[in-house]
Amino acid sequence: MNTVTLTVKKVPELYLECENVNPDVFAGKTADKIAKLPGYQGKEISTLGEYFTIAGEAGATAAETKIIINGDCSKMKYLGAKMTAGEVVINSACDMYTGSWMKGGKLVVNGDVHSFCGLAMAGGEFTINGNAGNYLGAAYRGDWRGMSGGVLRVKGNAGSDVATFMTGGEMIIEGDVDIHIGTHMEGGKIIVKGNANRRVGGQLVKGEIYIFGKINVMMPGFKPAGEVALEVDGTKAKFVEYLGDLGERHPKKKGETVYGKLFLKQ
Amino acid sequence: MPKDVTDVICPFCGTLCDDLVVTVSDDNKTILGVKNACAIGAEKFNHQRLPGRVTRPRMRQADGSFKEITYDEAIDWTAKMLVKSRKTLMYGWASTSCQAMSIGHEIAEKVGAIVDNCATVCHGSSLIAIEDVGVPSCTLGEVKNRADRVIFWGCNPAHAHPRHMSRYSIFPRGFFTVKGHKGRKIYCVDCRYTDTAKCADEFIQVQQGYDYELLNAFRTAARGEVLPDTVGGVPKEKIYEIAEDLKQGRFIIIFFGMGLTHSMGRNHNIDIAINLTRDLNDFTKCAIMAMRGHWNVTGSGQVLGWQYGFPFAVDLSRRDQARHQTGETTSVDLLNRSEVEACFYIATDPGAHFPVDAMISSSKKPTVTIDPHIQCTTEISDIHIPVAMVGVEVGGCAYRMDNVPIETRKVVDPPEGMLTDEELLTKINHRVDELLLAGGA
Repeated sequence: MNTVTLTVKKVPELYLECENVNPDVFAGKTADKIAKLPGYQGKEISTLGEYFTIAGEAGATAAETKIIINGDCSKMKYLGAKMTAGEVVINSACDMYTGSWMKGGKLVVNGDVHSFCGLAMAGGEFTINGNAGNYLGAAYRGDWRGMSGGVLRVKGNAGSDVATFMTGGEMIIEGDVDIHIGTHMEGGKIIVKGNANRRVGGQLVKGEIYIFGKINVMMPGFKPAGEVALEVDGTKAKFVEYLGDLGERHPKKKGETVYGKLFLKQ
Repeated sequence: MPKDVTDVICPFCGTLCDDLVVTVSDDNKTILGVKNACAIGAEKFNHQRLPGRVTRPRMRQADGSFKEITYDEAIDWTAKMLVKSRKTLMYGWASTSCQAMSIGHEIAEKVGAIVDNCATVCHGSSLIAIEDVGVPSCTLGEVKNRADRVIFWGCNPAHAHPRHMSRYSIFPRGFFTVKGHKGRKIYCVDCRYTDTAKCADEFIQVQQGYDYELLNAFRTAARGEVLPDTVGGVPKEKIYEIAEDLKQGRFIIIFFGMGLTHSMGRNHNIDIAINLTRDLNDFTKCAIMAMRGHWNVTGSGQVLGWQYGFPFAVDLSRRDQARHQTGETTSVDLLNRSEVEACFYIATDPGAHFPVDAMISSSKKPTVTIDPHIQCTTEISDIHIPVAMVGVEVGGCAYRMDNVPIETRKVVDPPEGMLTDEELLTKINHRVDELLLAGGA
């Protein structure tokens, strides 16, 4: 695997749209060619070379390309977005849409990310070694398909509207989450190791939500359905199972109504 | 001889009353009286004759004072600002005509700006919910003629839309609602006992911030599922009782306002209210409608909608595509994150409504405000360009809160030499063309 190292040499005045910083675009390109790729700041089109010092060379394909980004990326959007293979390591906090529409490969952010990250993620592995903002792994505005595959792990806390319209995949948040998690969820699995604020699983159709800590206010549309012993992300514990959201539509399978499930650790 | 102008459209709130009678002086210059309007609507017309109105553009000087300049100077300065800035916020539009908006959007496309309207701090969350789950709505005429169950949720038309209740929602007698008020059952859901609640048959006091949970409980009750003893301070018996009564109705209408759009959860509150509406359609006819504030904020959503596909916060900076993301391309976020380089405000007053931090950020950027009056925003602007009042001194198309287009009427002449929004924007558009042809500012 070939490695390309990007070091931020100039922090953008507004916000730089870095949709060209991912292994798929870099594949088969030399440092010089990468430096000439466009970066966008409002209506101004500049080059990546203007904002980054680029060293190394990309592999022939995305899968053979690793990108390491150093320096302050807190004003850069779309880093690693739409990647399908390869590896990206960002040693900084980053702005919106990091890892959004990701289909494969591995993305690691050693810092915090802003809102709309991992949006409609379909595959791959996305790890955030910091906190995440709102709309993590949610659907793009107006879409009814949020995160559908892959694994998204946050070491810190996440904001509100996490995993809205999630249809598949696995999301693990090791800290706390704010309001509205798993709203309109139709599949997949969310694990929250900390506390959840309110409105957990509102309008939940299908899928599983595990909460290790406390929920401030339980949704009225959930009813308890007994206790179960489970192993969740390496932790064995007893959980109270709830079925819901009883106010929402639910599909039927073999004549039985399929409910969403909420597990609350005891 | 003073004369009466009849069937005047009121350019104040989203109800767009169309039955005003305005008395105008002989020379067509002064409004002498307004009939049929509510107190706020009448004031909008009476404003026109108040002394001290600014009639020419003003530019801020180094010492902070304003100096009168010509329209041409103001147009040149504005066009240069728009062409130079890499990202400009063009915010407002809610109190001007659809024709003016259309010209404004043409400018925005050329200079790669972001167009946003007052929905961003008002019913934007409703629009997000509509983007997510659609909306089963109707016209106000259908409400008047058919509705026999009316729910006001988190809105207070008694103060915000004063003639709404008498024209459409509570008192009028319609084709199928011949008994008027007596034939309708009015519910008011709010966290405080408002003047609208006084007109309701039943007031349901929900705990602040529990609207989502209560709407969820109504959906759960409508499906006949179990509920906890109380939800948001409302006992479950009451919830079941209301859910049953709604099912018995012939036509249910839910009106909602800022109580839902700006309490915890915002768009999710509307989302679940829309889903309750959908559920109730399994039993009877049910529709839902946003109580839009500014008289033509709906129009701005309509024009942006058919031109770019999004009703507000449209980012045209990338030229080849229109983008929209609430939280990113919305005015307050753009200002708070200092993501724009210049501000262009028209037909609104963000200085009075935006969070302080956003306006502090705005005040540090080149700013142009186009508005008939001196207001909070003009005081932090580099240039204030006064224009004729749309709906009073010039006509133009507006959309009522139920998305019905209504052509507003000109009642009096604007002050001598004053430009209208359309004329001014056309001139700015031409100047932008010239500058772009010459290779920039």
